Amino acid sequence: MRQEEFEDRYVNHWKKFEVQINLAEALKLNKKKGEHSLKGFADNYRQLCYCLALARERHYSPLLIHRLEALVFRGHQSFYQKRLGIFQNIFHFILHGFPQAVRQQANFIWASSALFYLPLIVVFLLMLVFPDMIYMIVDPGTVTSMENMYDPAAERFGTERSSDSDFYMFGHYIRNNIGIAFQIFAGGILLTIGSQFYLLFNGFVFGAIAGHIYNIGYSETFFSFVIGHGAFELTGIVVAGGAGLQLGWAILSPGVYSRKQALVNAAKSSIQLVYGSIFLLLIAAFVEAFWSSTHMVSANTKYWVGGIFWILVIGYLTLLGRRKRLGLTKGSAHGS
Amino acid sequence: MLDTTREIEVPEGVELSLAVAGLVSRSLAFMIDLIVRWVGLGTVSGILEYLGNFGQGLFLILVFVVEWFYPVLFEVFNQGQTIGKKSMGIMVINDDGTPTDWSSSIVRNLLRFADFLPMLFGFGVLSMLINKDFKRLGDLAAGTLVVHRRKIKEEKLSYEEEGLAPKISLTLEEQSAIISFAERSSKMSVSRTHELASYLGPWLEQDKTKKNPENEALLLKRMAKWLRGHQ
Repeated sequence: MRQEEFEDRYVNHWKKFEVQINLAEALKLNKKKGEHSLKGFADNYRQLCYCLALARERHYSPLLIHRLEALVFRGHQSFYQKRLGIFQNIFHFILHGFPQAVRQQANFIWASSALFYLPLIVVFLLMLVFPDMIYMIVDPGTVTSMENMYDPAAERFGTERSSDSDFYMFGHYIRNNIGIAFQIFAGGILLTIGSQFYLLFNGFVFGAIAGHIYNIGYSETFFSFVIGHGAFELTGIVVAGGAGLQLGWAILSPGVYSRKQALVNAAKSSIQLVYGSIFLLLIAAFVEAFWSSTHMVSANTKYWVGGIFWILVIGYLTLLGRRKRLGLTKGSAHGS
Repeated sequence: MLDTTREIEVPEGVELSLAVAGLVSRSLAFMIDLIVRWVGLGTVSGILEYLGNFGQGLFLILVFVVEWFYPVLFEVFNQGQTIGKKSMGIMVINDDGTPTDWSSSIVRNLLRFADFLPMLFGFGVLSMLINKDFKRLGDLAAGTLVVHRRKIKEEKLSYEEEGLAPKISLTLEEQSAIISFAERSSKMSVSRTHELASYLGPWLEQDKTKKNPENEALLLKRMAKWLRGHQ
């Protein structure tokens, strides 16, 4: 068949299909309207692919082939798009998916915890022996501002912060803390080095500051402030670190896959941990802005509530999402 | 690195060749996006200033969202194109040619931070130059690809003359070259058309030609018409 005959025979088909693609692309955002006019989309798409294959085989002109290719590409994109159901699954993810993901990647989470908490504890203990070490780790300006912030004698501790400045701090914590978590995660792709660096660095600084505050006797204002949101914030940071380690580890030790494929797989799995870390850090920002800074409750109450927060977080990550798996195995047992 | 097309086989058994976007067009797209973001945030901050601390807090949340998720939202909802990418005619797709989804888009955009290290997208540029598909680290992990979006113009062969059968039989490649010449001739300057056609002068030696390039081009077009099947 000559090219012109071929075009004449199928051109109406292609035009019709193009209209359908335009419709499908427009419908992507607001679904359910006029779905009936997409009837036969799959058949038309398959026929178009057939035409492209024929046109190639018969060496029709490149222009025609490009035209068909462009159409097939658009059809392919419309036909094989994934459902964008992230927000429908959000509750399921929080109740089941995230704790399961954390337990599945327990090794990385433990490694990340070690990288963060070990230097924190070591530096804190060292600080008790060598108080001046703070100036080797944190610059003097920051030390002074920390001292002012947690000075029990400071005037502002007597007065309550207004709620709109609480909200300002909320925005600040979201931007700052979740940004840090993303950096810790992203650094992991550099053969885990980035994640390790940020985890160790944050552990060092936090340990040093905590030690210094303890040394100068401001413990109560500091620890009662930190303990509440710390449960969510430190865990969120550690989880993001675990995700980064998983990413880099896939390149270092790809197992049966090619390094490239192992990386893609690890990214798919570790992004779940990142979502979870965002969830924890959002709570942390909220608690830090609206609870940790309040002076209406005593330090003792804050310690108690903070302790409960820690138990909640640990319980959440270790216990939740197990029942579903049990239910599934039960179901399959029934089936067999 | 010279050959920038990449073949993707779709499940229907045909191959698509896509033109992978290189460093320059992607950098330019990024810069356009950067300007769009700055202008957008600048405008909004002006408005939120009237809301005091609450507005400032809201602004910081907005900055966070725009910093990390501006490309994600566009790539997911706007067929793989941010404003910058759209103006450069490039788009993000998954390795298998399907549109980007949430997780692949979020991975590639969070990892932009690693691409930025150690400074000014050092690792990202390095990775793009080493990789044959110009992938930065984020693309490698997310399994995504940035390609040019082809614009197709329909060319009509609009000349009156009748088709003309070539005297000797032509191979498929030769036929396709002649048709392609005819289809593209409307995009080329007249003199270029004639220059190209004149190479085939000796070969075209059919009775009507008298070493006249205008005639040669016309002959080729008529031949193309015949080859395409016009009677």
